[in-house]
Amino acid sequence: MTILAREQRHSITVKVNGLRYTGMATPRTLLADFLRHELGFKGVHVGCEHAVCGACTILLDGLLARACAIYAVQADDTSVETVEGLGKPEALAPLQAAFQEHHALQCGFCTPGILMSAKAFLDDVATVGVAPTEQQVREMLSGHLCRCTGYDGIVKAILACAEQAIGKSRHESG
Amino acid sequence: MTEPVFSWIGKALPRKEDPALLTGQARFIDDLEPVAGLRHVAIVRSPHAHGRIRSIDVDSALAMHGVDAVVTGSDIAAILKPIPSVVRTPIRYMPVGVDKVRFAGEPVAVVVASDRYLAEDAAEQVSVEIDPLDPVVGPVAAMCDTAPLLHEDADSNCVSFRTFRYGDPDTAFARAARTVSLDYTFHRYASTPIETYGVIAHAEKAPDRYTVWSNFQGPFVLHPLMAGALGVAGNRLRLITAPASGGSFGIKQAIFGYILLLSAVSRLTGHPVKWVEDRLEHLTASSAAAERVGRIDGAFDENGTLTGLRFDNIANMGAYLRPPEPASVYRMHAASNGCYRVPHIAVENRLVVTNTLPVGLNRGYGGPQFFFALERLIDCAARKLGFDPVELRRQNFLRKEAFPYTTPGGATFDSSDYDKAMDMLLAAADYKGLKERRADVRRAGNYFGIGFACGIEPSGSNMAYVSLAQTPEERAKAGPKSGGNASATIEMDPSGSVTVQLCSTPNGQGHATVAAQIVAQALAINPADIDVVTDIDTRNDAWSISSGNYSNRFAAAVTGAIVTCADRVSMRLRKIAAELFECAVDDVELADGKVRIKGIPNRALPVKRVAAAAHWHPDGLPDGLDAGLTETAIIHSETLTAPDDHDRVSSAVTYGIVFDLAAVSIAPDTGKMTVEKYVSVHDVGNQLNPLVVEGQILGGFAHGVGGAMYEELSYDTDGNPLNGTFADYRCPTAMEVPPVTVRHLTTPSEKSLLGSKGLGDGSSMTTPAALANAVADALGREDITLPLTPPTLWRMIHEDIA
Repeated sequence: MTILAREQRHSITVKVNGLRYTGMATPRTLLADFLRHELGFKGVHVGCEHAVCGACTILLDGLLARACAIYAVQADDTSVETVEGLGKPEALAPLQAAFQEHHALQCGFCTPGILMSAKAFLDDVATVGVAPTEQQVREMLSGHLCRCTGYDGIVKAILACAEQAIGKSRHESG
Repeated sequence: MTEPVFSWIGKALPRKEDPALLTGQARFIDDLEPVAGLRHVAIVRSPHAHGRIRSIDVDSALAMHGVDAVVTGSDIAAILKPIPSVVRTPIRYMPVGVDKVRFAGEPVAVVVASDRYLAEDAAEQVSVEIDPLDPVVGPVAAMCDTAPLLHEDADSNCVSFRTFRYGDPDTAFARAARTVSLDYTFHRYASTPIETYGVIAHAEKAPDRYTVWSNFQGPFVLHPLMAGALGVAGNRLRLITAPASGGSFGIKQAIFGYILLLSAVSRLTGHPVKWVEDRLEHLTASSAAAERVGRIDGAFDENGTLTGLRFDNIANMGAYLRPPEPASVYRMHAASNGCYRVPHIAVENRLVVTNTLPVGLNRGYGGPQFFFALERLIDCAARKLGFDPVELRRQNFLRKEAFPYTTPGGATFDSSDYDKAMDMLLAAADYKGLKERRADVRRAGNYFGIGFACGIEPSGSNMAYVSLAQTPEERAKAGPKSGGNASATIEMDPSGSVTVQLCSTPNGQGHATVAAQIVAQALAINPADIDVVTDIDTRNDAWSISSGNYSNRFAAAVTGAIVTCADRVSMRLRKIAAELFECAVDDVELADGKVRIKGIPNRALPVKRVAAAAHWHPDGLPDGLDAGLTETAIIHSETLTAPDDHDRVSSAVTYGIVFDLAAVSIAPDTGKMTVEKYVSVHDVGNQLNPLVVEGQILGGFAHGVGGAMYEELSYDTDGNPLNGTFADYRCPTAMEVPPVTVRHLTTPSEKSLLGSKGLGDGSSMTTPAALANAVADALGREDITLPLTPPTLWRMIHEDIA
C-alpha cells in the first residue's frame, strides 16, 4: 500500500447507541481508536490491543466484538453499542446498579467491556428463560481480565441480574 | 463531642466513584487532551538484553510523513541527569539507554509524530546498531566473578551487601537443639493493571516549567528526584494525575522514568507530547516484583520454641537500582520476626543487577518474598520437628498481652490476638475435617495437602526505612530521615457545600467514598453531598513527599489527615454558631445538616447559614478565627521515627494480620492443582467501609493466586522476555480464582485516629506461601518453586519419567 493510500482518510458513518455519527478514519484506524478519539466514546477502554483483556468489548450489529481488533472501515454502516448507551450516571441500568451494589468494580477500567459482555449474556438468558449457573457466568467472564476484584462481585452482580431477567421473562410470557 | 446519632464511618456504603466508572464517564489519562498541539510518541527499544550502542540512524525515520523529530538517548542525556540511588553505588538510573542497553525493551530513541500510527511506522525505520554483549539473567549467575558487568562504574553486579544482627543470632544457632534450613527461589511476576502507563508532558517556555499529566501513583518522594534529574527547582515541575486510574498495584510508581523521558523530549522538540504504553511495552519494560533467592535458617529449642532466624537474601533488582528500590528488600525488614517471638535475628541482603527489567512496587511489596521464606520455613520445621504446623506456630506466636510490641528490628506492632485469629482460621476451615479428608485421599493414593501462612501487614510506611540500605555511618552523613506525612484539605464554600482534596492517588480503592464517610460524620451532612477530588496537581494541592498510594497507607495514615481536617472545620462552625447563639462552644453540636445547641433542637441554624457567615462576614467572626472555611491538615505519625544506629526502624504505622489456610489436591495424571479450600483471617482494625475492605481482600487474594499458580515474567538465557502478550502472561480469569472464605478479627489500632489498619496488600503477601506449603504437604517435599503450574507439578510427581 502506498503512503497515500495508507493515509487516505475515509468517511465512516456508524450508529452508536442509537444515534448516527460520521467521522474520518484511515484504512488501518482501529475501531477502538475511532470510537474513542474521533467520536469521543471514551468509555471504550483499550487494555491490550490484542483482543485478550476484553476491556474494549462492544456490541457490533448486536454481536460482541473487540473494538481493538477491528478496523473502523469495517464498521462503516454498522450499529455499535457502547457502555455509554447502557444507563446514565443519575439513572443506572439495573446491570450497572447491580455492579455498584455488589462492588463488582474497583478501578473500573475493565468494567465497560465486562458490562457489554454481561448485557449480551443476560439478553440471551432472558430469551432462553433458564437461569445460568455460577460456572456459566464465570465461563462467560473468562474472556475478560479484571485485576482488581478477583471477579467475585462481578459474578454475584450478574447472577443477581440473571434472576431478575428470568423473573421478568417469565412474567412477560405468563 | 457527643456521639453522632447516625454513624457513616463503618457503613458498607456503595461507592461514590461507581456511577462515572459504570457509564463510561470517568476520565483516564488517555481520555485527556489538556493542551493544544499534542504530538504523539512511539518509543524505539533495544531488542538486545545487553549491548553497546554503536549508532542510531534516524534519517529515514525523520524523512517520513508526519514525523516531527527523533530524539536519541544521547540527546536526552544532554538535558537529563541520571538518578542516584539511596545505595551508595556509582550506578545511576536513566530512563533511556545512552551508551549501553541493559535489558531487552529498554528505550533507546523516541519518535515524535502527528499521530501514534505514524510514530510507530517511523519507529520501525530508526536503525539502531548495537554490539551485543553477553547477558546475565539470574541473580546468582550475575554475582559470579566471570559474569558480564552491567555497569562498568561499579566493580560488581552485586551493588549492595549489608549484614544485620539483632540480639545474638550466632549464639542462638550454636545452642539450638534443632536447626531447620530452607533454600528458596521466588519468581518474578507483575500485577499488570489493565490500564497501562500514560504520560502527557509539556515543557512550557514561559513560565519556565514542566507540566506533566500522567497516571503516576506516587510515592511523591520521587518528585524531588524527578526535578533534580530535570535540573529544575521543585516548583518548576508540575505533576497532575488523571481523575481516574485503571489499577496500579504499585506498578504505576515506575512511570516516573517515562515522565522524565517525555519531559525531556518535550523540552528538546518544543512540542507537548503524549505517550500511552502498549501491552508489549508494559510486560517487557514497565516494572515487576523483585525475584529473590536465598536461604532461611531457624533455630529451635527442644520444645519447638523459635530462638533464632537467619535470612540470606539475594534480590534481583533488574538492570538498574531504580528508586524507590531497594525498598522492596527492606519493607519487611523491621518485622523479620513475622508473627513470632524470636529474639535473635540475622539478615544478609545482597542486591544484584541483571539484564532484566528493573523492579519496583508491586502488590505486597516485599511481603510475598518474605513470607515465602519465613512461612515456608515454619511449615517445613513442623514436619521436620514432628509438630502440627498450627501447634508450632502457637508455640511461638506473640501473645495478646505483648501488644504494643517492639520487634527486634524496631517495628512497633500495634495490636492483635494471633491465637484468636488462629482459632478463627481453624474453625472456618474445619481443620479437623480437612485432616480427615487428607488422610482419606492419601489412603486412596492421591495427593492432598494443607498449608498455612501467617503474615503481618505493615501499613503506612516510614519513608526512612529504605535508608537501611545505607550503613548507620552513611545515614549519619546524609542526615536523619523519618515519617510518612499524610495530607488532606477540606473546604466548605459559602453555600455550605464541601470539597475534600486528597493526595492519596487512588487507583480503584474507594478513597473518595471513605473520605466522604469520614467528613460526613464529622460535619453531620450526607456523604452524597460531598465532592471528593482525588486527582493531584502539585502546583495547587497540599501534597507531601509521602503522598501517593502505596504501603496500604490510606486507612493507616491518610484517614487521620481527613478526620483532623474535618474536626477543625467542625470546630470553626461551632465557634461561629456559639457566637451567634451566645452560648459556649461546647454546647454547640452539628447534627442533621444543622448547627444547634445541644438539647434545644429549635435553637438551630442550617450549616450553610453558618458557612456563609464565615465567608461573607469575616468582621463578625469570633476573635482569632480566620475568614473562610478551608482547612489543610498534614499529619505525621509519631511512631515513624528515624532508624537508629543499630539499624532498628519503626517501619510502619499499623500492622494488621493475614492468616491463611490452603487445602489443595493435585491430579496425578495432569499435575493440575485444585484449591479445595482457602480461608483467610484478617485483622484490619476498625473497618471504615466493609464493602471496600472485602473488595481489597478478594483482590489481594486473586493477585496471590496469580503469582502462586499462573504468572511468571520469564526470560530465556539470552535475556529475551518470553511474555509479551496477555496470551503469554497468564493472569487468572474468573475461571481460575478459587473461592475464599474471609473472616475478621477486629482489634482497633491505637496508632491511627480511627482505629483502622492499612489493608490491600492482604493475601497477596501470604497466598503464595500458603499454597506452596499445601503443595509441599501434598507431595511430601520441600523444594517447591512457583508458579505451581500443571507441568511443574506433573514433573515433580513423575520425576522417574519426566
